[in-house]
Amino acid sequence: MVLEIPMLQIKDLRVSAEAKDILKGLTLSVNAGEVHAIMGPNGSGKSTLARVLSGHPGYEASGGSVTYDGKDLLDMEPEERACEGVFMAFQYPVEIPGVNNQYFLKAAVNAVRKYKGQPELDAIEFIQMIKEKAKLLEMDQTMLNRAVNEGFSGGEKKRNEIFQMAVLEPKLAILDETDSGLDIDALRIVANGVNALRSPDRAIIVVTHYQRLLDYIVPDFVHVLSDGRIVRSGGKELALELEAKGYGWIDAAVGAQA
Amino acid sequence: MSQVAERHGTFVADFEAFRTAPAFGPEWLRTARSAAFGRFLEQGFPTTRDEEWKFTNVAPIAQLEWRRAESSSEAISPEIASELIDIGRIRVVLVNGRVSKAQSTLDALPEGVSISTKADAWENHPPHEGPSLQSRHPFVLLNTAFFEDGLFIHIEPKTVVTEPIHIVCIAEPGSGPTMVSPRVFVVVGEQAQVSFIESYEGPEGQPVLTNAVTEFLLGPGAVVDHVKVQREASTTFHMASTFVHLHRASTFTSQAITFGGRIARNDISATLAGEGAECTLNGLYVADGETLVDTHTQIDHAQPHCPSHEVYKGILTGKAKAVFNGKIIVRPDAQKTDAKQTNKALLLSGDATINTKPQLEIFADDVKCTHGATVGQLDPDQLYYLRARGIHRDDARNMLIHAFASDVLNGIKHESLRNELEAALVAKLHLPV
Repeated sequence: MVLEIPMLQIKDLRVSAEAKDILKGLTLSVNAGEVHAIMGPNGSGKSTLARVLSGHPGYEASGGSVTYDGKDLLDMEPEERACEGVFMAFQYPVEIPGVNNQYFLKAAVNAVRKYKGQPELDAIEFIQMIKEKAKLLEMDQTMLNRAVNEGFSGGEKKRNEIFQMAVLEPKLAILDETDSGLDIDALRIVANGVNALRSPDRAIIVVTHYQRLLDYIVPDFVHVLSDGRIVRSGGKELALELEAKGYGWIDAAVGAQA
Repeated sequence: MSQVAERHGTFVADFEAFRTAPAFGPEWLRTARSAAFGRFLEQGFPTTRDEEWKFTNVAPIAQLEWRRAESSSEAISPEIASELIDIGRIRVVLVNGRVSKAQSTLDALPEGVSISTKADAWENHPPHEGPSLQSRHPFVLLNTAFFEDGLFIHIEPKTVVTEPIHIVCIAEPGSGPTMVSPRVFVVVGEQAQVSFIESYEGPEGQPVLTNAVTEFLLGPGAVVDHVKVQREASTTFHMASTFVHLHRASTFTSQAITFGGRIARNDISATLAGEGAECTLNGLYVADGETLVDTHTQIDHAQPHCPSHEVYKGILTGKAKAVFNGKIIVRPDAQKTDAKQTNKALLLSGDATINTKPQLEIFADDVKCTHGATVGQLDPDQLYYLRARGIHRDDARNMLIHAFASDVLNGIKHESLRNELEAALVAKLHLPV
């Protein structure tokens, strides 16, 4: 049996933001083809983990390491990470008035292609490429022609995130509370989009507060984050247990161990 | 007092010499020039104690001994010639305030368009009774005293001019500080439709004072689209006053793009003098180094049912300074006025500053007037979002700066001009292409 090197290896990661320790020694390995769910109560550090992996300038690691595809992820600029195949779907996608959605996405696609030494796509090739994906996420032409996320509803913004992910075809996708604020129809569209991207050479990390999303995107592993550390890991049944018992149960169990 | 006399000594000498030139004009103009010059000598240059000039110190102008552009050469520097905006076939070129027949293309004027170039052609009366001759603005007075060729453009009623009329003002530096005084009168007849591009260019060299006055009179139902482009040398002082007078149901839409110089001051005064007239004054100014860009707009709602729109955007870097003063007057008769004013400034450096002030004077009760001003840096969240999708930091900045400028640039209807100005913006801010 060949020993597999994980796509993403997080070791003892410590992160503070605004002089407050948020992640306090987080360790996690993710292999290609796997879907991991990170669950936890508010303030446990879920979104911090997503942001530090994508390179948010406000979050700096104070200790530990993150190795992605054998490279030091924390050493890379946000755009380098994206070009290397890391994608984060934002919890709160940013509105950018004056920048056309389709123009922006074409710039992103071509930036990644240029980084990989591939020829840039012209307007016609690009439109061909996004056609099917737009259909998958039910993105109509008006949404593509508007400014990035400007005036989009909550559901439209999240669909736009997953649409970008479908177009950019990352190796590692991190979904930061993509389910928050979605009605059931929007949740189905988003989950379909994500499931269509599941593949043996792609890993997905789903950060969520609620189990509901995991009915649609079924994870291989579930981890519970509490006070900056992973305190429990298990299969998909762990999510159901959390849903039934609440997070208090985990905190009590961790407290009893300590 | 003696200091003032000394400072104005060269003006007085030049004015006396100018009296004997044919360009000094017919009787009515001689009278107007003398009155304006007398008033200017009385007032002198404005100081920062003057409310209208509070943040714009013109001492660097007042200190220099300005001379009328002496040479009547029509030659223009090759670097300017190669960069001239090339749009349409109707082009009037003024070199140092004098119309250059050689550089202009006026032979194929459409029917209904007349362009006359000499003040002495107006004989008994001014080409029209516009507000510029009544103005007490110090630089307008100076222009009235010294303008060489008055450019008079007349569009006959109901004429639709499909190609833009391009007015090019080139300032060629002389051996010392040179004052250039372009003067343009435009009368657009009832229900006529026309677009103008007014551009100011000039190479680096000795200091130049471009002191321009442009006036538009719109007859009932006339539609005028106007683009002003100012991109003179870093040694240029640009003082420009634009007067717009709108009769019933006429529409004036203007986008003013200013790239600076040492000091660039634009005074734009629009009077909505007839019911249902509509005025849009938009502007984008981009300044770096120690440039000061000052925009003073005044929209005077004198009659009911007139909408006015104003969007001014500034991009400042280095130690650049900007001033925006937007005055809106709503007269007692101007019920149902709908006036909207926005000024936004993007500061790309820690040393850039802006003073922005809306000034509303409302004397009618059934009106809608809104104004807003924002000053800020590039949004770090927007920058991060773009970068998180693989777009390089420099390209992301570029994209956001373009987005900021887009509402004004997109108002420019001529695509080639819009593209050229976008390229000029990129070059000015040293953005990656």
